Amino acid sequence: MAETSYKELSINGLWKNNPAIVQLLGLCPLLAVTGSVVNAIGLGLATTMVLICSNTAVSLIRNVVTDAVRLPAFVMIIAASVTCIELLMQAYTYELYQILGIFLPLITTNCVILGRADAFASKNALLPSFYDGFIMGLGFMVILVLLGGLRELVGTGALFANMDLLFGPGAASWELVLVDDYKNFLLAILPPGAFIFTGLIIALKNRIDSGLKARADALKEKPVKGAKRVRVTGNIS
Amino acid sequence: MALMRITSPHAHGPLSTAMVMRTVLLATLPGIVALVHFFGFGVVVNILWACLVAVGCEALVLKLRKRPLGFYLNDASALVTATLLGIALPPYAPWWLIAVGVSFAIIIGKHLYGGMGYNPFNPAMLGYVVLLISFPLEMTTWGAPLGINQVGAPGLLTALQACFMPASVDIATMATPLDLLKQNDSLLIANLWTQQPVFGRWAGLGWEWVNIGFLAGGAWLLYKRIFTWHAPVTMLASLTLLAAIFYDSGSSASGGSPAFHLLSGGTMFAAFFIITDPVSSAVSNRGKLIYGAAIGALIYIIRVWGNYPDAVAFAVLLMNFVAPFIDHYTQPRTYGHSKGGGRSS
Repeated sequence: MAETSYKELSINGLWKNNPAIVQLLGLCPLLAVTGSVVNAIGLGLATTMVLICSNTAVSLIRNVVTDAVRLPAFVMIIAASVTCIELLMQAYTYELYQILGIFLPLITTNCVILGRADAFASKNALLPSFYDGFIMGLGFMVILVLLGGLRELVGTGALFANMDLLFGPGAASWELVLVDDYKNFLLAILPPGAFIFTGLIIALKNRIDSGLKARADALKEKPVKGAKRVRVTGNIS
Repeated sequence: MALMRITSPHAHGPLSTAMVMRTVLLATLPGIVALVHFFGFGVVVNILWACLVAVGCEALVLKLRKRPLGFYLNDASALVTATLLGIALPPYAPWWLIAVGVSFAIIIGKHLYGGMGYNPFNPAMLGYVVLLISFPLEMTTWGAPLGINQVGAPGLLTALQACFMPASVDIATMATPLDLLKQNDSLLIANLWTQQPVFGRWAGLGWEWVNIGFLAGGAWLLYKRIFTWHAPVTMLASLTLLAAIFYDSGSSASGGSPAFHLLSGGTMFAAFFIITDPVSSAVSNRGKLIYGAAIGALIYIIRVWGNYPDAVAFAVLLMNFVAPFIDHYTQPRTYGHSKGGGRSS
């Protein structure tokens, strides 16, 4: 890729090649920690930071490291950035760090990160790689937050609970109780809820895509209905 | 000139899907009558409201999927799902509980998998399990066995109130015999039996008759050849066998006698109305034998050593997972083919 268009990268990361709902990478944290918005934002931010760091670093060393040892080198870089982020979260958002637990160190094994390092950063210049890391992370985070929001809403009837874990004490009042006296729908918060809602989001995306395609097809010129052409069997409809 | 050629089979049975479904609905009647007699009108309200929600959901999804409405609504399969779920839910359940369960069963359990005939899981049991793990409190408060002719028993009006205005009435609830046996803290089962008036002669007051009612309905379905005997018989047999093996004639650690297990909870209901579901169970006769036996064993295992008092729904869902696997290994030999699957010479 000689010329990398930033517009194309953005569309890819956010929609066409979204890591969470198209590539289906990193499903383990996606399904495990999206019980609430705050968890989703926390993990989404951490993943995005790691993606940016690792993509940048991998892009910098892409001409130095030989193909044979590239994967170990990438994994070392990723593990190092994950450790940095983990220490940062331990320092500044300790409660959230405890809630996310094992899923923070597990970002190392998130396929999105190694996937982008190998497929994009190791072949592209510094700036596009940086941007790709950012936009892929953003695409991942958008889905995480959407899923977290849906599950929190259906599961507890409220939104943005415990935001103070991430944004400081001032955010404690952000909680929106939409339905008073809501009977908690545990299924949405339990693992099956994650699968069901992820499936629904993917279905929605496919629905929108097929709708867009149908509209694009409709705009194209159509042959006259009922017209007959030579060497075509049957009518053109 | 083309001659009309009609291929065999030339004789048609009168059993259409709609016919089968209506027969099944009819066969639930004895059990429902027994339930009403011992637990009041709650179950009737459950079933009616569940049917209403089910038909609504079914129509909505059929419209979204652009399927013929009349054809699919007419086969009454949604009504069967709703009725089975309505029977399984505790009487006097609040309206939203039933609505959530039924809409989940119809929309996600049935139509997201492709609709009638494509669902890998029994929709009614799926709805039940969703409710059980989501709302454990509401799902385990079962009405006390106050017969409809007893003083203080809730009437039809109270049942409607309990369903649609849950805050406005109090319904007497009581632990079911299976619950009590699970939390048994007396020395002998005989003590427990005499202390608790909810235990009847063999199983639990009312429960024995409810189960006998479903047994009668099931026997009639068997006579009408709606399903074969294989799965129900092996299910009941394996449940009885396990209960007989582990029954130590009455210490507090005992799991209850075979008669108790056969006649309490949802045993007969499951044996004749749930595991005989033609869509989600194993297909061949040999497969059905295995399928039923495994469900019976699972029911006993989960009842006695699990966390939930009754186990029918979990056992059925677990075996629904396994049904395709059973089918793979119990494919009947096609006529003219040898046992190994190849052609015989």
